Amino acid sequence: MRWGEIIRRLVLVPPTLFGVAVIVFVLLRVVPGDPISMMIPPGASQADIGRLRALYGLDQPILHQFVSWLGQVVQGNFGRSISVRQDVLDLLLTRLPATIELTLLATLIAVVIGVLAALVGILARGRRAEWAVDGGVGVLLAIPDFLWALILLLLFGVLVPLLPISGRIDPQVEIDFHSNFYLIESLLTGRLDVAAALLRHMILPALALALPFSAIIARLLKASLVEAEDQDYAQIARARGYSRPSILLNEVFPNALIPTVALGGVQVTLLLGGTVLVERIFSYEGIGNMAIDAVINRDFPLIQGLVLTFAVLFIVLNLAVDALVTLLDPRLRHG
Amino acid sequence: MTAALTVDNLRIAIGDTIVLRGASLEVQPGEVRGLVGESGAGKSMLGRAALGLLPSNASIVSGRIAFEGRDLLKMSEGERRSELGRRIALIPQDPMTSLNPVKRVGAQIGRLLRHHLDLSKRAALERAAELLTEVAIREPERVLSLYPHEISGGMRQRVLIAMAFACNPSLVIADEPTTALDVTVQRQVLQLVERLRQRHGSAVLFITHDLGVVAKICRSMTVLHAGRVLEEGETAEVLAHPRHAYTRALLAATPRADRPAETLRPVPPALIDQLWSDARRLDWLDVARPA
Repeated sequence: MRWGEIIRRLVLVPPTLFGVAVIVFVLLRVVPGDPISMMIPPGASQADIGRLRALYGLDQPILHQFVSWLGQVVQGNFGRSISVRQDVLDLLLTRLPATIELTLLATLIAVVIGVLAALVGILARGRRAEWAVDGGVGVLLAIPDFLWALILLLLFGVLVPLLPISGRIDPQVEIDFHSNFYLIESLLTGRLDVAAALLRHMILPALALALPFSAIIARLLKASLVEAEDQDYAQIARARGYSRPSILLNEVFPNALIPTVALGGVQVTLLLGGTVLVERIFSYEGIGNMAIDAVINRDFPLIQGLVLTFAVLFIVLNLAVDALVTLLDPRLRHG
Repeated sequence: MTAALTVDNLRIAIGDTIVLRGASLEVQPGEVRGLVGESGAGKSMLGRAALGLLPSNASIVSGRIAFEGRDLLKMSEGERRSELGRRIALIPQDPMTSLNPVKRVGAQIGRLLRHHLDLSKRAALERAAELLTEVAIREPERVLSLYPHEISGGMRQRVLIAMAFACNPSLVIADEPTTALDVTVQRQVLQLVERLRQRHGSAVLFITHDLGVVAKICRSMTVLHAGRVLEEGETAEVLAHPRHAYTRALLAATPRADRPAETLRPVPPALIDQLWSDARRLDWLDVARPA
């Protein structure tokens, strides 16, 4: 990806976000149910409901509401959450780091499991062990992340209670973090006991997210490895007297990584989507968990802020994947 | 004198189809032998078998392949691997696909040298630059730092030739190394192979379907047809007085400026077994020549 391409992609970001904003804003207001109906006690008078609607500006035409909301967003003001009564941007900045850390950990686990499975599979190519690996990968893939969450919760939280099953950190641990990236901060400052406490809370939700993703990585990588091993350069490497494991690692793997990252990298978005349910199951205080509350309470400003946040994450992720592929493939660098 | 390569009554099958039906040939030390035949004659399969590069669905039914008198098929994996790439080298057919696209030229040559000659990283790169100079590549240091897609097909083939001769091989198997190149580059590549062969004293088994190429650089030749050796001998002798009708047909099919080429009609696969089962039926091959 050269500079021109990067600039072209960056120019496309604002219109993309604008489109997302329009769709979310209109959909929320067209679909039945609004925040007022969630706030009022039963038997409230029509006059009271009208007053509340006017207070939140919901009596205005949609276009009018949108323009005034967008005007504020451009200045960095995402409004106040109706249900939590806090600034939306503050809420997002507090919760987002938790989700980013969870997603990073899940990605790391998925990459390790996926790459190992693919390598074992290719080494055992044509033998019975290959079938076993393919079968195991199939099982990982067939069970969705939220179901893994429940299975893990049952196994390690209930049957063999080894790990905590809710929250981001124990309430008794004294928190005096400077950022909201608790895990990264505690690792950087060398507070390993705190990092361990955080990891104990994160490992189950991260594993639930990672397992299906690791199966996707294993499948993509194994197929790419098989294809690359049949290429001339890999065959000829055999005639140079290199051992097969060495050929797989040095000649085949770097080539197979390119399509795997290109196709699999984008699947991290799937992981982000998965955080919504998995964070809920483990009462993990990230934006996914918050998204469910926001939707239940029809908290328009918060939902709008959340959707825009997800959109930004998706865009950044796509750019990062493209940059990584360029880094891996010299043919794209000079093209 | 022990032959550099001895192939003895080699039979290879792919699934139920037999592709080599008892082919034998010898390549003497320092000799350049052409192995010719039409597509599907089994000539590439023979070369691949010697290098241990048979496709996974192919199997050696019977026969012997010996390198300097030692049976390659009975060697241990480690023994064979220490000969391959060092004493037995390959010049592959397609320079466009034979180099690893994500590794620099220098890294690919360097790895080969370090694997077989136990050189340090730096010594390997210096030796690699010398090798590139040997194959007439100018600015070898610059080429070492390039990726395969940044150099031309002809230059890639030179890099592959340099790699083949990198460890002073006593046998080089050239698997149609000029087929994918255009005619002017072809000539340079042939001259290069000839020069390096003389310098390193290697024997070459030159697999090709191009009789012109054989006439230019091979002292002896073997004609393969339908998995068997039809004819062999000194190149000049075979080309001037082909004993076999098939060789004559092959010669007639070679395009020449002074007359139109005749079409070589392939033998239908169904007929091949029948053909070989009855020696007299070989006369059928005369039918292959257009009336």
